Amino acid sequence: MAGPKSPLEQFTIERLIPLHLGSVDVSYTNSALLMTVAVVLITLLLVGATRRASLVPGRLQSVAELSYEFIAGMVQENIGHEGIEFFPLVFSIFMFVLFGNMLGLIPFGYTFTSQIIVTFALSIFVFALVTLVAFIRHGIHFFSFFFPPGAPVFMAPILVPIEIVSYLSRPVSLSIRLFANMMAGHTMMAVFAGFTITLGVFGFFPIGVNVALYGLEVIVTALQAYVFTILTCLYLRDAIHLH
Amino acid sequence: MPQLDASTFPTQLFWLLVTFVVLYVLMRWLALPRVGQAIEDRRKRLDNDLTRAAELKSQAEAVLAAYQNTLAAARAEAQAALRQNAERLAAEAAERQRELAAALAEQVAQAEQRIAAMKQQALAEMRGIAADVGSAVVEKLTGTAADPGKLAAAVEAAATRRAA
Repeated sequence: MAGPKSPLEQFTIERLIPLHLGSVDVSYTNSALLMTVAVVLITLLLVGATRRASLVPGRLQSVAELSYEFIAGMVQENIGHEGIEFFPLVFSIFMFVLFGNMLGLIPFGYTFTSQIIVTFALSIFVFALVTLVAFIRHGIHFFSFFFPPGAPVFMAPILVPIEIVSYLSRPVSLSIRLFANMMAGHTMMAVFAGFTITLGVFGFFPIGVNVALYGLEVIVTALQAYVFTILTCLYLRDAIHLH
Repeated sequence: MPQLDASTFPTQLFWLLVTFVVLYVLMRWLALPRVGQAIEDRRKRLDNDLTRAAELKSQAEAVLAAYQNTLAAARAEAQAALRQNAERLAAEAAERQRELAAALAEQVAQAEQRIAAMKQQALAEMRGIAADVGSAVVEKLTGTAADPGKLAAAVEAAATRRAA
């Protein structure tokens, strides 16, 4: 790596507690630590908020209830009534991604959503689930999804491959969108932080840029969590209603 | 790019699986039911309160209507009593006035009778006095006593003439 500290070095996985399951390396890493922190914080938020649930909600309870109603509304609107069974899953995905993104903004934190393997695993899981649900609901009829209704039959040789490619590229676009957004934001902040040191007295300028970038990143973290979740909802809608 | 270091993939996938399953289980069976319960409780409580408020309102309206009915009835009763009283008083007053008028008329009639009697008597006495005065005057002037019969006739004649 060039230079004393590459802007990409922040994404390095560090093995905090080396562990092995057979011959597989399952060391507890900084990424795993932040995942654990996210799970603990989400649970504390929701359970702590409702421990003394009051008629007029306090701040914490409001946050918990707002996130609940936000995701419930999203599921209801995009999937419909059958979507209720997926609500806990969609909620978990949203909170996991949101907290993963947000925790990375805390100095000395770590962004596990900037790991392509994590976002790709989540996307593949969503993709597999959606395909499974579609097969269970519609059986072989699911394949009609690859041919838009009302299109002329002679177009099928063109349309069907396009639809199949578009369907198969869903997990790729879903995972790369989140991963690239997170990585780009953090890389950019690291680059400008590096400028601060090299510019010496004029370092206040990159600091100002970083402050602005930080604000942008806060929006991006929430937005990308929202995008990931709503796309999950839309894919589930496709699986349940096909067209 | 450290993210493409494949040697970190197994551990990341393992811990992602563990943490996400734990999160899903916690959300599905612990956290979300509680939050949903809190929201549901509030909705129920509000609905209950609204229903109860509507009930109380209709009750209050019923009470108000009953009160107004009672008030109207009492007013009508009072007016009826007043009118009755006024009629009775008027009747009594008329009766008393009639009685009084009758009594007065009787007294007037009695007084008139008495006056007539007294006049009669006075007239009768006046004739006696006239006769006495006449006889005295005749005796003084003529020195002889006047014939009482002639005198009485003269007095009578004068009285009738005067009366006419």
